[in-house]
Amino acid sequence: MTEALIRVEDLAKEYRMGSTVVPALCGVSLDIAAGDFVAVMGPSGSGKSTFMNLLGCLDHPSAGRYWLGGQEVSQLSSDELAQVRNRKIGFVFQHFNLLARTSALDNVALPLLYRGMPTLDRKQHAEQRLAQVGLAERIDHHPAQLSGGQQQRVAIARALANDPQLVLADEPTGALDSHTSVEIMALLQQLNREGITIVLVTHENDVAHFAKRIISFRDGKVVEDNANVANDAASLLQ
Amino acid sequence: MNFAATIKIALLALRVNKMRSALTMLGIIIGVAAVIIMIAVGNGAQARVEEQIKSLGSNIILVLNGSTTSSGARGGYGSQPTITEDDAYAMNKEVAEIHAAAPSLRGSGQVVMGNTNWSTTLYGTTPEYLSVREWPIVEGRGFEQAEINGASKVALIGQTVAINLFGESNPVDQVVRVNKVPLTVIGVLGRKGQNMMGQDQDDILLMPISTARKRVLGSSRYSAGRNVGSIMVKIRDGANMEEAETHMRELMRQRHRLQQGQDDDFYVRNLSEILSAQEASSKVITLLLAAVASVSLLVGGIGIMNIMLVSVTERTREIGLRMAVGARGKDILTQFLVEAVTLSLIGGAIGILLGIGGAMAVAEIAGWRTELSSASIVLAAGFAGAVGIFFGYYPAKKASRLLPIEALRYE
Repeated sequence: MTEALIRVEDLAKEYRMGSTVVPALCGVSLDIAAGDFVAVMGPSGSGKSTFMNLLGCLDHPSAGRYWLGGQEVSQLSSDELAQVRNRKIGFVFQHFNLLARTSALDNVALPLLYRGMPTLDRKQHAEQRLAQVGLAERIDHHPAQLSGGQQQRVAIARALANDPQLVLADEPTGALDSHTSVEIMALLQQLNREGITIVLVTHENDVAHFAKRIISFRDGKVVEDNANVANDAASLLQ
Repeated sequence: MNFAATIKIALLALRVNKMRSALTMLGIIIGVAAVIIMIAVGNGAQARVEEQIKSLGSNIILVLNGSTTSSGARGGYGSQPTITEDDAYAMNKEVAEIHAAAPSLRGSGQVVMGNTNWSTTLYGTTPEYLSVREWPIVEGRGFEQAEINGASKVALIGQTVAINLFGESNPVDQVVRVNKVPLTVIGVLGRKGQNMMGQDQDDILLMPISTARKRVLGSSRYSAGRNVGSIMVKIRDGANMEEAETHMRELMRQRHRLQQGQDDDFYVRNLSEILSAQEASSKVITLLLAAVASVSLLVGGIGIMNIMLVSVTERTREIGLRMAVGARGKDILTQFLVEAVTLSLIGGAIGILLGIGGAMAVAEIAGWRTELSSASIVLAAGFAGAVGIFFGYYPAKKASRLLPIEALRYE
């Protein structure tokens, strides 16, 4: 078996609300292979968002271990986690989280800025990424001048800026109409075919069925984990 | 992540919110401008006092006649003529600290020139008087010793007298009559302006002390002996005023044959002391003005903190996103700190320009004298930067401590 990109063992997270301790994630163990396309599903409160935050190195687990690309990241400091996020992970959010009044190009170049890349390289790199998501013509547009689908494309280009191994998409189609959703899923599938591992959180079955594997959470545990014959989003568009 | 990139991020963020940045700067702009204007006004007042000291002549000690007591009624200064011309000459010779001592007899009289006349103050004195008072001659020449010894009928006149009697024409070699005595004007004194009591120092006519005594002020009680009204003494630059005063006093007591324990029969008054007290008070006023202005700078700083705090709250999601894509806490801290400092420095720069303009406007409109000092400008700029760091730190720290997931989820 090839080395898994993501390996978690007994990963747990609990939150303290005053004196009571609320368990959000209770001992999850799983592997995600490099090049996989995983959909994480579950009702709200099921622990799927907590799981995503831990995968994204945005939060420290209460217990358990987590290896990302062979490196154990569960014990890293906040600054080290920032570096891991910068180099290995790309994020796509439901509400895009683009900087307003900032051009598409500068939005995409943001992770490169924190990496310390020189200005010219940054521009070139960001232009390539925008071209990759089909927005080569719109590099100078501000988010307000773009449609929802275009904004999400900019956000995806930003997630790709640092050539990450993993893209985490948190309800990427949640704020989009169904046609645009399919377009975005087609783009993610294309990126996946190019070798990027994608983990997607969604509560829509339609969206989840574009993935190769569907993991369902309930009460902080994995209740289902099945391979899926993925629908091809690109063919749906024709 | 290098520092240049941080600065770039901060500048970008400021440009995105132009209106808010401008309003935030306003506090600092007003504060810095106020500090500069206030210090300029204070310095102007101080310079005025210094100028008065200069117009009097610096390091001046005045020796006056003593007072008498007759039937229990005490006379004022000068009621008993005790000091003489010779006291002045002796001081010139014997007290090392003295640069020059000039005796003078003072009176007033009508000066007549052709069909115009003018009432002015008359001084009988010696050539030393001009060097004591650092008073230049702008036309003609000064007295010569022979003219003092020979009671020559010559006079020097001040600007006011010159203008009132001669208008535009040249007074030198013209003859004026003072108390019916014809005196030839040999020179015109430079302009001194008002003294600190508001008296016109240029309304004056000088003549040799012997001329005054024998010919012009003949009726006065000084005419008999060698008594004079006052002796004005200039101490050498760098000499100790107190020591000079002591030596003068000793010499005078010796000359007047005063026994030990006997009171001085003369008064010594140090004029520079009075003026330096005034100078000190104008310095206090400058400080006070600067302190009041600094308060507005402080308020400007609090404005920066306020806006930065609002900005951190408002941009929580942005901070969360920046952290998600790899910004560390210290990157966020630097970004917000640089934003605050940039705001205060740009505000400071505009404030300096406004302050310089304002100081000029105050001089123009209110007619006050203002004096810009580079020290106050540097001070204000430095203070503005410090305000930026001080009041920017707390909001920046707050921003850097946000947790990425909470910041991203913030609505």
